[in-house]
Amino acid sequence: MLRRSFLFCLSGLLILAGAMSASMAEDRSINVASTTSTQDSGLFGHILPLFKQKTGIDVKVIAQGTGQALDTARRGDADVVFVHAKAQEEKFLEEGFGVKRFDVMYNDFVLVGPKSDPAGVAGSKDITSAFKAIRDKQAPFVSRGDKSGTNLAELKLWKEAGIDIDSAKGPWYRDVGQGMGAALNTAAAMNAYVLSDRGTWLSFKNRDDLEIAVEGDKRLFNQYGVMLVNPAKHPNVKVELGQAFVDWLISPEGQAAIAAYKIDGQQLFFPNAHDS
Amino acid sequence: MRAPLSDLPLILDDVSFRAGGAVILDHVSLSIEPGYPTLLVGPNGAGKSSLLRICMGLARPTGGTVTWGGRPESRPLRRAFVFQRPVMLRRSAAANVAYGLRQAGYPRRLRGSRVQELLDRVGLLDYADRAARSLSGGEQQKLALARALARDPELLFLDEPTANLDPAATRSVEEIILGASHSGIKVVMASHDPGQIRRLAGEVLLLVRGSLCERGTAAEFFDSPSTSEAAAFVRGDFVL
Amino acid sequence: MTEGLSAWQLIASGDAALLAIVRLSLVVSLSAVTCAALVGLPLGASLALTRFPGRTALIVLLNGFMGLPPVVVGLAVFLLLSRSGPLGSFGILFTPPAMIIAQALLVLPIIAALARQTIEDLWREYRDELTAMDVGSVGRIATLLWDSRFSLLTALLAGFGRAIAEVGTVMIVGGNIDGFTRTMTTAIALETSKGDLPLALGLGYILIILILTINAAAWGLRVWSEQRVNG
Repeated sequence: MLRRSFLFCLSGLLILAGAMSASMAEDRSINVASTTSTQDSGLFGHILPLFKQKTGIDVKVIAQGTGQALDTARRGDADVVFVHAKAQEEKFLEEGFGVKRFDVMYNDFVLVGPKSDPAGVAGSKDITSAFKAIRDKQAPFVSRGDKSGTNLAELKLWKEAGIDIDSAKGPWYRDVGQGMGAALNTAAAMNAYVLSDRGTWLSFKNRDDLEIAVEGDKRLFNQYGVMLVNPAKHPNVKVELGQAFVDWLISPEGQAAIAAYKIDGQQLFFPNAHDS
Repeated sequence: MRAPLSDLPLILDDVSFRAGGAVILDHVSLSIEPGYPTLLVGPNGAGKSSLLRICMGLARPTGGTVTWGGRPESRPLRRAFVFQRPVMLRRSAAANVAYGLRQAGYPRRLRGSRVQELLDRVGLLDYADRAARSLSGGEQQKLALARALARDPELLFLDEPTANLDPAATRSVEEIILGASHSGIKVVMASHDPGQIRRLAGEVLLLVRGSLCERGTAAEFFDSPSTSEAAAFVRGDFVL
Repeated sequence: MTEGLSAWQLIASGDAALLAIVRLSLVVSLSAVTCAALVGLPLGASLALTRFPGRTALIVLLNGFMGLPPVVVGLAVFLLLSRSGPLGSFGILFTPPAMIIAQALLVLPIIAALARQTIEDLWREYRDELTAMDVGSVGRIATLLWDSRFSLLTALLAGFGRAIAEVGTVMIVGGNIDGFTRTMTTAIALETSKGDLPLALGLGYILIILILTINAAAWGLRVWSEQRVNG
């Protein structure tokens, strides 16, 4: 009797699940694995309705860290992957999980810090010397520590500044292992420096005493790329619908939609699908 | 579904029962036949409850055999037991009796009226929809009787059913028991009250420290007890 | 949800996105508790009534699993339901059914363990009578479950409380997809990470009020039922 009620329940669940997935397969939707910073910037809220209006396709964004987003795509749980970590994306392609990579847009990172500016870097346009100053003064610094695109960019900058961060880090370097918003919350609470993408910073509401310290350095540019997940590896990928999304992103229409997204009159993302 | 087989005669052959290192029953042999009520008497701690439970099939003897109508195994389809402190289900009085009927396989359509009959028989018809657990001790005992009678038993065991009741409740319970006996049910009841024994007994079995030491009709037991224990019991002395 | 409005303003205006989020939270958690109860109540009752070697170990395990970390359950279910996992062909990862399954697994030990304890206590009381009435094992389970229904309701509420309040499981298994798998708790996490703390807090208040309302309703149901039985 026990086994029977268990089987009954399990089969009920599976029927429910099957019905739901069947109905989902019929409706036009795709899973896009992207990053929390892209989601937090509000870009999707702006461009996805435009895409739906044009094609009738529902885009379901699963926002995770870059590492996790690429992993989700590798597992075949997403149809398209849209992140900003070129080196990792190219590795993804080499492994055969992606069909082709297209540049879509870039935004930039900014170094955000307390108004009191303990490292004395505010207003600088040189990110690596700013990092050196922070390390020298042991000013509090929050790192995302989650293998995200932002995190990887931060680690790359330490290297370019000639600093081996693994040995140089001390109590001043706080590795929080979380997304951009959480890292900003922590930095605001601790009056620390933190590297953020401009988009998340502009929509971030809990600034406390933080303001932009360093911006405009070419090394702070953050390139976004989009890839269709390879149906040869995962036959369940919705190729037609996914490709439609990829195509739209790099089309003049999609690029214009991206450029039109503004916060407080400021453009966040700069489309560059056709720059060489 | 009525079992066509009878549980009587119920025969205990050289039955012993040990529990927790102590000897509760010591080589007891007896046979229960249809007829007048059999009263199992004796001082507290004599082993009456254990003996009743073994007769009912709730416990297994550690030595000796029990047979019901000649069979060593018998499901309690035609037996019922009323405990000294009966446990009521967390439902109404009527629902408790209905539960007894359902467990005994009584046809669903007829249950409603049978519940009414049984409650009436024990004088609880007005309490049908009351929560069973909110009834008094005497009322619960009567309800337990109704629930037991719902099984249409051939054999009815009662373990000191009036030990905790006042005289008025005791009298009504005894009336119900006598009524059941007159309708053909074999009653086997434990008691330590001589007055009750006189009122109800056909046959008396005296159990002292786990051994059966006297057996006879009520008249024989009271007027001419053959053992000193029986004589002491009848006199109202301690039976040690 | 619209930027800049407080949670209360969103309720007052009947914001569709907010209502969808509340509805999803309730659907997922209530379904999860229902499934967990269908399996957990008979399981707990069987465990209370039977003896077998290793029973004590199983009970200790079940009691321990009441404290399963939600994020671990989420991860385990994620790996099962991923396309690369054993049950991937159902394709239900990042959908509400996956969230229901995961929460049901999270809540099952609570319901089964509490049911076992309740039933075991009641069995001690009912054992003699039910045995004397020749009640079979199925009948025993049914009788004990029904007679302990009020205590079991508390167990179900405990399970529901765990389900509706957790974020780790539904976040991993649902993906917090806007308009599709976003629940109250994942929405609160999102708004917090975006730095919109007032909105997050407001949603939190709404969630608490929801939980309290459901508990009050269950209490009322219990009082009304008891009155009916006790006349």
